[in-house]
Amino acid sequence: MKNVYLDNNATTQVAPEVIEAMMPFFSEYWGNPSSMHTFGGQVKRYVDEARASVAGLIGAQPEEIYFTSCGSESDNMAIRGVVEAVGGRPHIVTSCVEHPAVLSVCRYFKNAGCEVTELPVDARGRLDLELLEESINRDTALVTIMWANNETGTIFPIPEMAPLVKAAGKVMHTDAVQIVGKLPVNVQEVPVDMLSLSGHKLHGPKGIGAIYIRKGTKLNPLIIGGHQERGKRAGTENVPYIVGLGRACELAREYMEDEQTRVARLRDKLEARILATCPDTRVNGDPDNRLPNTTNISFEFIEGEAILLLLDQVGIAASSGSACTSGSLEPSHVIRAMGVPFTAAHGSTRFSLSRYNTEEDIDWVIEHMPRVVDRLRQMSPFVKK
Amino acid sequence: MWDYTEKVKEHFLNPRNVGVIDAPDGIGEEGSMACGDALTLMFKLDEEGRMADVKFQTFGCASAIASASILTEMIKGMTIEEAEKITNQDIVNELGGLPEQKMHCSVMGQEALEAAIRNYRTGETTKAPERTGRVVCNCFGVTEPEIERVVRENDLTTVEEVTNYSKAGGGCGSCHDDIQEIIDRVQAEMMKATEAPGEKRMTNIEKIKLIEETIEREIRPALRQDGGDIELIDVADNKVIVSLRGSCAHCPMASFTMKSVVQDRLRQFVSEDLIVEEA
Repeated sequence: MKNVYLDNNATTQVAPEVIEAMMPFFSEYWGNPSSMHTFGGQVKRYVDEARASVAGLIGAQPEEIYFTSCGSESDNMAIRGVVEAVGGRPHIVTSCVEHPAVLSVCRYFKNAGCEVTELPVDARGRLDLELLEESINRDTALVTIMWANNETGTIFPIPEMAPLVKAAGKVMHTDAVQIVGKLPVNVQEVPVDMLSLSGHKLHGPKGIGAIYIRKGTKLNPLIIGGHQERGKRAGTENVPYIVGLGRACELAREYMEDEQTRVARLRDKLEARILATCPDTRVNGDPDNRLPNTTNISFEFIEGEAILLLLDQVGIAASSGSACTSGSLEPSHVIRAMGVPFTAAHGSTRFSLSRYNTEEDIDWVIEHMPRVVDRLRQMSPFVKK
Repeated sequence: MWDYTEKVKEHFLNPRNVGVIDAPDGIGEEGSMACGDALTLMFKLDEEGRMADVKFQTFGCASAIASASILTEMIKGMTIEEAEKITNQDIVNELGGLPEQKMHCSVMGQEALEAAIRNYRTGETTKAPERTGRVVCNCFGVTEPEIERVVRENDLTTVEEVTNYSKAGGGCGSCHDDIQEIIDRVQAEMMKATEAPGEKRMTNIEKIKLIEETIEREIRPALRQDGGDIELIDVADNKVIVSLRGSCAHCPMASFTMKSVVQDRLRQFVSEDLIVEEA
């Protein structure tokens, strides 16, 4: 059975090099890096090395990197940590297309009495810098805006936003889970105060993430009860996974070029062929500012879950913003925020590639996609005859 | 990933009776593109008044397609009177079950069939008057009578269940309190209806009917989960004769099941003095 995995914004294959790097820390070096004895203490060196590798990928100092259990924890830690450190009921600025790990935390504080501004996006999913500037007020504690959107791949101009936020004297957090490893990110050039990243989105293992916290940023810890991570995140270090994340970050630097050239070309080919062979389709998001691996295409008159299940029949893994795939009854908040008409929202389908995809993979999808679309459209009462 | 039954998958991959009929005798449309699923169902009768041809078109997920497909198979050859007795639960049973969150797909099938029958009888294509009323869920345009009906026919008790069956409450969520009030009211009415026969002496027919309903609603689903089943053989005075089927028939726990499941439930819902015996 053919297996074409094009759902890399959901999770990625763990690189074989990463698995190899992790294994000794299950079998031989299983000590606690905090121990005084050599058996445990010797492990600390590998945690430090991994920290340096993560820092190296985003231009940070190693001591500004804190390991967490996942991207969602990093997001929670950033928002809760700052709001609690500021105290009272401060104002938070975010966007309406954030990942739930950010949006739900902001809405949690909204219910608790904080003022929350959710910045809108235009039809291409772009944010308005002026609106951002206007939204910041005296009570604003934090601006949290994703660097790249998971569903459409649209990249927000964080390099232009962060200076605006800093000029207003506010803390800037960015959920960079989707962009780190795919495009260059450098916190020396972009003055964000906090940045979330996740292991399994860049060919590392699930269950490990990290947060960059610029020196001097005030935030309360989310998990207390230990001195680990310099008191910012208690809990015995998850050494094998930390080592895995470190190795994944090193590999991401090696493959960055490939991601921007070969992977981007495959994505462009896939998108162009689908648009050419399937009528009544449209690309969601901003094609000019987009992750190199992502395309989000709406197929009018048909429903996303049915598309995915028929693709699954021929071994193609993709995802959809359709209501039916999520267990909710409404299509994706990201697609709706862009004002995509309902006729297209329910049939939105995301293909997200990785370094492991080949030309044959893409040709396979190009061959099968029109058949899937035709088959469902023959059933659809909305197709104009 | 949804846990679809083999039957659902099979009908999704090989849907029966897709298409349109020229000059159908009845045509019904349910849902809309905005709601995420829509179904058009049409039929043509033969000279004996039986459904000679049934066709559907749908915009929807796998379970919407499978529900419509199996419904067309179920009603082919039926008279109008037979077809209008079909409930959403019948569709679910034919499919071997649907995930809870997908129950609304079976309701859409039932409603499209009703709309088609109404169209055949009256020529109307609008919503039946008994379904119009105050709109409770604005996100999905679900009316009070429609919610009352899914609560009654499926014995629903929570807002989440109502959302699964009718979509009501699945959007902004501002109608949840309203839905809960409707559930409470309908459940109270249903309770009254089942209690009433207990207060006065039931006729034997009423008693048998209530025993059947209780077996169907309270006992059979639990036995079926373990691959078993139960059949009502006879009712004589306060003796209820039943037969356990499937895996229950040779289960070492059968006598325990008889006493603590079957008898207890029947005593609870029908009458305190019932004695259950195996045929």
